[in-house]
Order: sequence, then C-alpha cells, then structure tokens
Amino acid sequence: MVKRMIKYVDEYRDVDTCLSIAEKIREISTKPLNIMEVCGGHTMSIRKNGIQKLVGDNINLLSGPGCPVCVTAIKDIDKAIALSQIEDVIICSFGDMIYVPGSKTTFAQAKAEGKDIRTVYSASDALKLAKEEPLKKVVFIGIGFETTAPTIAAAILQAYKENIDNFSVLSLHKTMPQALGAVLSDESCIIDALICPGHVTTITGTDMYEFIVKDLGISCCVSGFEPVDLLRAIYMITEMFEKNQPALLNAYERVVKPEGNIKAKGILNDVFKPVDADWRGCGIVPDSGLGIKDKYEKFDADKIFDINVPDSKENSACICGDILRGAKKPNDCTLFKTACTPMNPQGACMVSSEGTCAAWYKYGE
Amino acid sequence: MCWSIPGKIIEINDNIAKIELAGVTKEVGLDLIDDPKVGEYLLIHAGYAIQKVDEESAKFTIDFLNGKINGKEND
Amino acid sequence: MDKITIAHGSGGKMTHELIKNVFLKHFDNEVLNNTEDSAVVDVSSKQIAFTTDSFVVKPIFFPGGDIGKISVCGTVNDIAVSGAIVKYISCGFIIEAGFDISELEKLVISMAKTAKEAGVKIVAGDTKVVDNKEADGIFINTSGIGVFDNEYRLGVKNIKPGDKIIISGTLGDHGIAVLSKRKHLEFGTQIQSDCAPLNNMLLDVAKVSGEYLRFMRDPTRGGLATTLNEIVSPDTFGITIDEQYIPVNEAVKGACELLGLDPLYIANEGKVIIIVDPSVEKKVLEQLKKHQYGKDAVTIGIVTQEDAGKVLLKTRYGVTRILDMLTAEQLPRIC
Repeated sequence: MVKRMIKYVDEYRDVDTCLSIAEKIREISTKPLNIMEVCGGHTMSIRKNGIQKLVGDNINLLSGPGCPVCVTAIKDIDKAIALSQIEDVIICSFGDMIYVPGSKTTFAQAKAEGKDIRTVYSASDALKLAKEEPLKKVVFIGIGFETTAPTIAAAILQAYKENIDNFSVLSLHKTMPQALGAVLSDESCIIDALICPGHVTTITGTDMYEFIVKDLGISCCVSGFEPVDLLRAIYMITEMFEKNQPALLNAYERVVKPEGNIKAKGILNDVFKPVDADWRGCGIVPDSGLGIKDKYEKFDADKIFDINVPDSKENSACICGDILRGAKKPNDCTLFKTACTPMNPQGACMVSSEGTCAAWYKYGE
Repeated sequence: MCWSIPGKIIEINDNIAKIELAGVTKEVGLDLIDDPKVGEYLLIHAGYAIQKVDEESAKFTIDFLNGKINGKEND
Repeated sequence: MDKITIAHGSGGKMTHELIKNVFLKHFDNEVLNNTEDSAVVDVSSKQIAFTTDSFVVKPIFFPGGDIGKISVCGTVNDIAVSGAIVKYISCGFIIEAGFDISELEKLVISMAKTAKEAGVKIVAGDTKVVDNKEADGIFINTSGIGVFDNEYRLGVKNIKPGDKIIISGTLGDHGIAVLSKRKHLEFGTQIQSDCAPLNNMLLDVAKVSGEYLRFMRDPTRGGLATTLNEIVSPDTFGITIDEQYIPVNEAVKGACELLGLDPLYIANEGKVIIIVDPSVEKKVLEQLKKHQYGKDAVTIGIVTQEDAGKVLLKTRYGVTRILDMLTAEQLPRIC
C-alpha cells in the first residue's frame, strides 16, 4: 500500500492538533453558544468526523441553508426534468441532482425511461459534449452558490467565444448573503455566531458578512472544511463570544482573501445578474438568484425552451424551514426517519446527502 | 457545499492546467486564475481552479497551531 | 469476418465456428470439449455451493482487468467465501451485433487465464447475439459450483460479540480504476483494479482457522460499508470499525478527494471481509500476508454486543458515528 500525504489536506486532519484545539475550546467556553454552520459541506465534515462530540456541551452546532441542492424549489426540479422530455435534448448535471425528487419523479427515473441524462464533473464537460453532438441540444443544469456559478459563467463565455449554438444552461444558481440576512433577521433566530462557507468566500471575499457583524451583532468566521479548520474557527468564535466582541474572522487564510477572487467575480458579473429566487424551506428571497444576462441569452435555457410546470406543495408536517433557520433540529420533526428518509425524502433537508437531516440520518446525532 | 480540493500544477497548455494530487492527475480550467505557474497549488472545484493556495499562509497556520498548542505563544 | 453478426447467434454453422475457434480453443477441457447440452461432473460432497452473477461493467477493458476476468473472479470469490472449494464455472454471453471478434477473443483468453490461476474449469457456456444497440457491447453471466471437504459451514449465525473483523487489503481500487476511464470524467492514475481470484488464499485461511473462522464476504457493489450493514441485525450484534486502520491507497484517496467520493462505498473485486474468533486473528493475518492478494491485510474492527443492528465508525479523533449503507449510487459531486 502506498502511503503519502496529500498536501494542504492531511495537515489539516492531524489528530493531535485537532484534539488539542478541542481541549482549548472546552477550557475557554463558559456559557451556551449557538453556532450555525451555514454550509452543507461543513455539516458533512462536522458529522463525518464527529466534531460536534469534541467541542463540549456548551457549543451547539446548528446547520444552515447552505446546501444548494436542498434549497432548489421543487418547481425548478420539475422544470429541469421537463427539459429532459424534449426531443434531441441531452441533460447534463452534477451528480448531486440525479436522485433528487421533484413532485413526481427524478432524473434517475427519467434516465431509466430512456431520456438522455448524463452526470458530468464540470460544465466544461457539458460544453465538450455539445461540440461532439452538434445535432443535439445540450442543457446544463446549473446549481450551486458563488463557488460554482463562476465556473458555469466561464463555460458560457467559452461557448460565446467559440460560437457554440447547441449549449445552454438552466440557471438555478443562488447567492448567500440575502438568504443569510433573511434567516438571521427572523425573530425566531437564536444564532450567536456563524461559521461561514469557505469556498463561497474564496470567490466573494469577506466584505459581505460585515452587515451580520455590525448590524446583527453576530460573529462570522470563515472556515475551511477539514477538522483543523473547523475546530480553529469554533475556537476563534468562542474566544470572541466569551469577550462579548462580535467580529469578522478568517480561519481559512490560505485561500480566502478579504477581496476574494476578483477575476472570478468579474466573470460572474459579466454573465449573470441578480434575480429573485425561490428557496425551498425559506420562500422567495429577493435578488438571491443568478439569471443569465441578455447578452448571453442564446445560452439561457429559460429563454430557449418554453417550459411551464405547475406549482407544488410541501408535506404539511415538514419543518425544514425551521431547521434551515437553525430554530429546530432534525429529531424535532415527526417525519424524521419515519416517513422522511434518504430513500423517500419529504423536504429540503433530506433530499441531498449534505442536507441537515440527511447528515443526521447518515452519521447519527 | 462546494467540494474543492488543492492540487499542484504540473503542466500548463493554454487555458488548461494538469494538476496532480496523490499521484492522480486531472485537467482543469484556468479561466478564473491570473498568472498561473507550474509548481503552484490551486484550489479545484467542478473542473476549474477557483483560487491559488497561499503556501506561506498555509505554512504559517500549521506552524502557529503547533507552537500555540505546545504552550509556546507565537507572536 | 471480424465482427459479430446475428448469424453468430443463430445456432448454425457460424455459431459452431465461433464456439470452436474462440471458446473451445481457449477454455479447452475434457468436459467442455464433449459439447453436450449439459456438463456432467463429479462432486465429492453431498452439499454443494452454487452461485450466479452477471457482469455489465463499462468500459469493457479497464486498468488491471476486463469484463471477462471479473466475470470469473466474481463467481469464484462468491463460492470461495462460503468456504467451498471452487470446481466448475459456466458462462453465458449476450453480445451486441458489431462487437469485434478479436476483442471477444481477448476477453475469452483473459477468462481462461483467470480460471487456470484459480484452478477451476469452465464446463458450460452459451452465446446469444442481439441487434446493434440492443445490448451495450457485451454482457456476461457466470454461475459456479463448489464442494465442501468438511461439515463446518460459515455463516452470519456463527458470529459472536468479540470477534475480529479483518479486511484482506486496500479499498476502492476497482471502482476508481473503472471510473478513471469513464468518458467525460477521465483522470490520470496508476491505480489498477484489484480484480483477482481469491479462492486459493481463502482455502489457506480456512486451514489455519477451522471453526474459529466465522464468516466471509467480498465487499463488491456498495463497498465495505454496505456489506457490513448487510451482516448486522438488531437481534444479534453490531459492528464497530476503526477509521485509523482502514487501508486505502493514497491514489484512491486522491481520486476520491477530487470527485467527492467515499472509499468505504466503492466497489472492490479482489478483497474479502473475514470475521474470526480473536484466538486465530494473528494466524489468519499471517496467512493472508503470505499471498500476493493479501499483503495489506489488517484488522479493522470488532463485533459488539452493544449497538446491535448498527455499523459504527470510530473516527481518528476517537469519537464514534454511524456508518450507514449506500442509499442509491455514489456519483461525483460538487457539494
């Protein structure tokens, strides 16, 4: 067996370092502290490594709305699946979406019924496919936050430059700050601090969290995804909380700069514009979605294809909205592990493997 | 969300870098990166590099954490 | 003629030519050469182990193996983990018209070589051809028979709290090797499939452990995590495995990190989970490490009385969490 360190990954998984930071957290923490980890990837890493069990009983880790698959409205999933029914359309999607149910079916089932649906690793793979299949219309399902949207923007720009006319994107992209504001301003919000999404912030920079610190008095610490990163972020948050000094902190300096990735932001803003978006579990959040600008409308699947799907209703017993706001936990829900499981998800928090309820189900409490 | 992983640039051809991690290589887009160089580390997401890894900063963090934990304050 | 056509499956002259020039030429044994409708064979025990499996892997040729090799290994290993001595295999081919005959011959040669290494005979076979686009290249089904040389039977019912859980080597090699060649996902790696016939190695394990060998299973589809979940039951026992001992090649780890996959859920085609009484743990590990297919064998966990029905993972940080079964299929992800 070949053993070798993966650089800039394994150092941040070191056991001694993690256990020492965890001990420090338990030493300095004197009062209950509710921390929301915004990002689904953070939820996964915390649960997968058991971090919530290392930080002591004062620290309460709650999951937030940062799971782009979870917060995709059922109507939008239905729209995407409806596109696959159109003749000569090839749907390309990230693997995350393939098993997510719409109101009636999934991409996986549509594929089983003979529709051309392909999993891709990158939007550039979808563009390659469009060039290989000039008689087909390749539609890429664009999900993801500010981390992923610039990569789709780059693919659109490349298609524009090369004059590809059979490639388009159904943009279901969303942006974080507006949804965070909505969640944290809600009167039921009990959050004292945020662990901010490390890779979204790699692109956006840290400015967008200023209002949370200044106007809402909630500390924000940007964190990476490895256990050392997360424990360090929790330590830094706890330190400021004990001093009663909300602050904007960065525990992921190796890739997160205050200004973010200026080139990526430029490309994002060249291709996309803010639009209202429907967040499953949260409702319509103004200016929180990304629509394709008119200049690139020939790549906008919304404009090319005329798709109308009916509205759909959530299970009335579903409390995903409360869970996404951090107000409730999965085991507060009557459907959790009974009617609502990863095989048969009833709400946003179970549909994706990194949703709060899916993570609790998979890794335990 | 935003599953991303650092990889080292071993080759650059136009706008595509071949990156390597643990002996696995993959081609990724450089559209979002300024002035990439062979030998640098990139953060890779969905087939594109989204940022360079600041290696000095990374080293400082790890050294700092190890120093602080051993009871020695680094200032 | 260099391509398979419908005529090759029609039962006429072309079928017979194909059987003679490709299948009989390489599988060559006295039973098969009789070309009767059934293979008539001797078996030395009253009970036999009998299994069947079908193989549809794409691409057909992958680093470290091919669909032919895996079709023999898969069935050989399924018999071997029951504790039986593998004797005979059958193989059925469903081939898409247009398939290259030279590629078919490569697969048949690979199957013959693997069967020879395992010491098993391919004694029956069948070929069908379907129209172009009605099958994806080639599908293979193999069935197998094994005999027992004693009365002791392995099974989940033998497993007791305190038993040790051994894995015969590194995880995820096969799944990653195959994935590395999938269109639009390609990545460069030296990883080869671990696809191998394990029957001889497992017979040696059985010899040194006798009735202290409780149970064996190969973690194929769904990986180690899914297979362990198939074994536990709320009425009997749980399993806890320790993350720090789980063997994964760094290149497999790298590919998993790149694509957002978990090696515990990736298919293996040359590994076995072996559950033993602690008194034979050391002997079994020594025996495995003597074999080329067992050199990375290691104890990874223990059977427990508490948490019956659950598979738990003790993380490297010392805390325990649930290790669930695979739900659907693992796909490369961005979240």
